[in-house]
Amino acid sequence: MIPATHYLIVSGALFAIGILGLFLRRNVLLILLSIELMLNAANLTLVTGAAVHGHLDGQIIAFFVMVIAAAEVTIGLAVTVLLFRKSESVDTEEITWLRG
Amino acid sequence: MVEAIFFYLFAGIAILSALQVILQARPTRALLSLIVTMFALAVLFILLGAPFIAMIHLIVYAGAVLVLFLFVIMLQGIGAKEIPLEERFGPFYLGTAILLGACLLGGILLILSHASVGPLQPIEGTAKAIGHLLFREYLLPFELTSILLLLGVFAAVALAKKESDA
Repeated sequence: MIPATHYLIVSGALFAIGILGLFLRRNVLLILLSIELMLNAANLTLVTGAAVHGHLDGQIIAFFVMVIAAAEVTIGLAVTVLLFRKSESVDTEEITWLRG
Repeated sequence: MVEAIFFYLFAGIAILSALQVILQARPTRALLSLIVTMFALAVLFILLGAPFIAMIHLIVYAGAVLVLFLFVIMLQGIGAKEIPLEERFGPFYLGTAILLGACLLGGILLILSHASVGPLQPIEGTAKAIGHLLFREYLLPFELTSILLLLGVFAAVALAKKESDA
């Protein structure tokens, strides 16, 4: 049997990679992809928690996380498409006119 | 034993393809790497006794969300090109970013090494079991997510419409 800690280590590594992606990417779409990666890491933690406690609640919450991620992606991509139409670029270094 | 082989193989695939997600220069390749990560994670979910979550994960994420991403990336065409990391950032920024990521990972590992996590218990997250919980104990949150999704649709339509009017 694999110890639960190993699953949590994988999840932590995925989360750290997602954070690193936020630092290193300058394309709005790829920043969204990094956020998806971090959400997936959180989901792995939740499902591992469900298995550790022998209760299905963690899996239900992972399900809700997926639903909310789907809604978030819809709006995020709509905003990205709008940005691209307005400025012909999705590079955060070039989108500097968003300052209030 | 078979379980251990599956776990370490697919955990390795998940982490390597996640690294590809943040290091690939081309957006499409990064996206396809994320799909590989999703498949590896689905295997881990099945190992954890969550076959229903694993299938939903594949259908919703790999099937729907990432294909949506792919459409938007293709819509952007040439505008989505990414400058390679080493040309864009100086060594100072890169070093700081990697250091911060490593600090986060180190912190997580430190916490995990001190935590006492119990052994995994065999549970079966079948569609039936999940459905029972979802439509009895979690009925209200479930209905609320439907409102959230409806609001998401409204927001997307409103965003698209404003642009066509202007």
